[in-house]
Amino acid sequence: MLMSTILIIEQILNGLQSGIMLFLMAAGLTLIFGVMGLINLAHGSLYMIGAFAAAAVAGLTGSFVLALIAAMAAAALAGVLVEMLVIRRLYATDHLDQVLATFALILIFSEGTRWAFGSFPLFLDIPDYLSGPVTLPCGIQYPFYRLVLICVGLLVAVGLGLLITQTRLGVQIRAGENDREMIAALGVDISKLYTLVFALGAALAGLAGALVGAIQSVQVGMGEPVLILAFVVIVIGGIGSIKGALIGALLVGLTDTLGGVFLPQLFKLFMEPSAAQTSGSALASMSIYILMGAVLIWRPTGLFGART
Amino acid sequence: MIRERYLNGLVLVLLFAVPLWALSNDEPFTITLATRAVIFALAAVGLNIALGLGGLVSLGHAAFFGIGGYAMGILAYHAQTYTPLMEFPFVIEGTKSMPVIWLVAMVTSGIAALLIGLLSLRTTGVYFIMITLAFGQMFYFFSISWIAYGGEDGLSIYIRNDFPGLNTLVPINFFAICFAILCLVLIINGLIARSPFGLALNAARQVPQRIQTVGLDPQRLKLVAFVISGVVTGLAGALFADLNRFVSPTMFSWQMSGEIMIFIILGGTARLCGPVVGAVVFVMLEHFLGGLSEYWHIYLGTLLLLVVLFARGGLVGLIAGREVAHD
Amino acid sequence: MTDPILATHNLQKSFGALKATDNVSIDLYPGEIHAVIGPNGAGKSTLIAQICGGLKPDAGRVELLGQDVTHTNTLTRAKAGIARTFQISALAMEDTVLQNVLLGAVGAVGSPWRFLRPVLADKALRSKANDALKRVGLQDDAARRTSDLSHGQRRQLEVAVALTLEPKAFVMDEPMAGLGAEGSKTLTAFLDGLRNEAPILLVEHDMDAVFALADRISVLVYGQIIETGTVDQIRSSKAVREAYLGSDA
Repeated sequence: MLMSTILIIEQILNGLQSGIMLFLMAAGLTLIFGVMGLINLAHGSLYMIGAFAAAAVAGLTGSFVLALIAAMAAAALAGVLVEMLVIRRLYATDHLDQVLATFALILIFSEGTRWAFGSFPLFLDIPDYLSGPVTLPCGIQYPFYRLVLICVGLLVAVGLGLLITQTRLGVQIRAGENDREMIAALGVDISKLYTLVFALGAALAGLAGALVGAIQSVQVGMGEPVLILAFVVIVIGGIGSIKGALIGALLVGLTDTLGGVFLPQLFKLFMEPSAAQTSGSALASMSIYILMGAVLIWRPTGLFGART
Repeated sequence: MIRERYLNGLVLVLLFAVPLWALSNDEPFTITLATRAVIFALAAVGLNIALGLGGLVSLGHAAFFGIGGYAMGILAYHAQTYTPLMEFPFVIEGTKSMPVIWLVAMVTSGIAALLIGLLSLRTTGVYFIMITLAFGQMFYFFSISWIAYGGEDGLSIYIRNDFPGLNTLVPINFFAICFAILCLVLIINGLIARSPFGLALNAARQVPQRIQTVGLDPQRLKLVAFVISGVVTGLAGALFADLNRFVSPTMFSWQMSGEIMIFIILGGTARLCGPVVGAVVFVMLEHFLGGLSEYWHIYLGTLLLLVVLFARGGLVGLIAGREVAHD
Repeated sequence: MTDPILATHNLQKSFGALKATDNVSIDLYPGEIHAVIGPNGAGKSTLIAQICGGLKPDAGRVELLGQDVTHTNTLTRAKAGIARTFQISALAMEDTVLQNVLLGAVGAVGSPWRFLRPVLADKALRSKANDALKRVGLQDDAARRTSDLSHGQRRQLEVAVALTLEPKAFVMDEPMAGLGAEGSKTLTAFLDGLRNEAPILLVEHDMDAVFALADRISVLVYGQIIETGTVDQIRSSKAVREAYLGSDA
């Protein structure tokens, strides 16, 4: 068994990076569900819109920073539009209606984007000042950009935490999560609060789309696999909990990355190489869901979800 | 307002008449389209048992559709390559016999539904929706990594499977088989809805706090409904794979799960023929709108949005009016 | 001295700092109607939930027919013989009146695992259901959709469902809620006769009904039973008056 420590540390960092990007999606989703009680399948579309906006702006201006700003703005704008036109009518309906309506939005956004930009992926490049490897304290070389992602993600996590606990908006969010009718009765403008929360979630999704779009490709349909993973994260972490979203996201990111790399290696210990590779990869692809299943057996409402 | 019973009859008669017309006008493609609609309808009828009757919003029903498809794919593949599936501890050969394939498809989907149901029904509401979606994804990624059966490229089956007494390659024959199955399942569905089980399940959906207090176990009721639902959708999957002579991971995709749900909503949840109407409308839109524009999903999405926001009872609701409390 | 059908011993339930149930012991003997009254917020719903199975007490016991059922769920207790009615009618609104009562009948007989024969074809279930409807006076409304019923009729239907269970004890949560004078009188007369089939633990706000029906009354205030006694005893009790009207009454 020849697994170097370098490989392990590299993969752990990769897992953290993919996890923290997943957190950006999951945080928005869990806030939206926690405050508005709305399950939003169109969140993946907002991720995609952010990525496309970033690619378009980067292509036009050459500036990565502008691209990121454009991503968040475009996603937030799309979010506000969608919230005012469609989502608003769904707050009082049941989950089935919300699922179907937001699924319809996926169809409209995906095909709309394909119509506007074509079927081929766009390219978003990592800017020169962020590319290239960096040498870590332990002597390992690791892509600078991915480290930046981890830092950005952690900053957002801290920022969200401060927002929720220290600001007035945060108080309204927390109160809204507990008792929607009450805060309306107390004079909080529910309508504005909801739109704001939706826009915030959308901006986070757009940011994630742009950041990840630079490592992977920017194409139609890129958002939905991430969306579903984000759902797994929320199930594991507990609906409405930012802390749960963070821990769940990191767990999922690590499980996915480490499982994909090491399970086949593990199987090679007692199986012949080709069978090990197939069984290992197959199991790795299911590992996240097995993790989710395990958490659910232990805690049906997630690690930090409301106990019934 | 047309009485729902007559509407149901009308729909089925039309569904049978169109292929006959196509037969006499030598338009085999129309028959294939009709078969596609019938199979989609069957998948949706399956989901509707869990969704319409039981109130279980399962967003991962493609898992069963795919399991049925792959059951057919794997068995037929081994039959056409003359290799056994398994040699140890006992030999299992492939088969190209439809009844056997259907049986295997239904049993495997049933077992999967039991396991997924046991886990998922520990949760309710949004959690349930997300978990069923996640399980669908699990099967999707698993099938992609299962290179032995094509992986991402899928598996082609060269000849249609056999059904005793019929030449199944003739389109109208295969259509008749699928249509007969659909009718049989619709009859069973109708019986279940009126049975004590149906009564209890329907009540569990509407007024959950009541069920335990009359001495009934809502969890068990829902689990049984979920399993029946998975079995029917699994059968549809096997038929679908047979129709296309092809099975691939897309049968497990979240898009497929969503589409099955769309069939139900377009037609009307909890209506006996809602799924049938919805599937027919979908296939027609797919064919006609798809011919006009490759971006026809935009129109589908808009239609779906309008139905959800403004026509909650689906098409059957619009035509037949408010549901008559049937007894 | 006969044993009580239903009894709680020293029930305790707190929600954080709020003591919703504080050392509550009440019992229900055959043939009696035991009313539980108290001002709003006294903890009546919490008590009912602990008796019927929706909530686990922090301490104390619940006994049904001498068996300790404290750690069993609602389903087990329903099968053991408790029939409850809800303060807010828990009825399947899309179904007919008959279908709602049939649900009770199916539950009582314990046979939901029949898939192919129509429930209406089962004569035993039908007659059980129709009998219950006749007793509460809803037999002419059997085919009506429940959502079309008036509030009073829905309260009657609540009781009918409980009847099909042929329970050992009834636990009724404000059955008079929302009924006008006419409705209350009819229901009061009905409950009066019902006590001989199975005793009733009656949580109520409607004092006319309580004083007309109750053999014993327990007064629940801030989670505690401050007094248990006959109608006359409670009527003349100073402690009860203070609890309801304040100490300057």
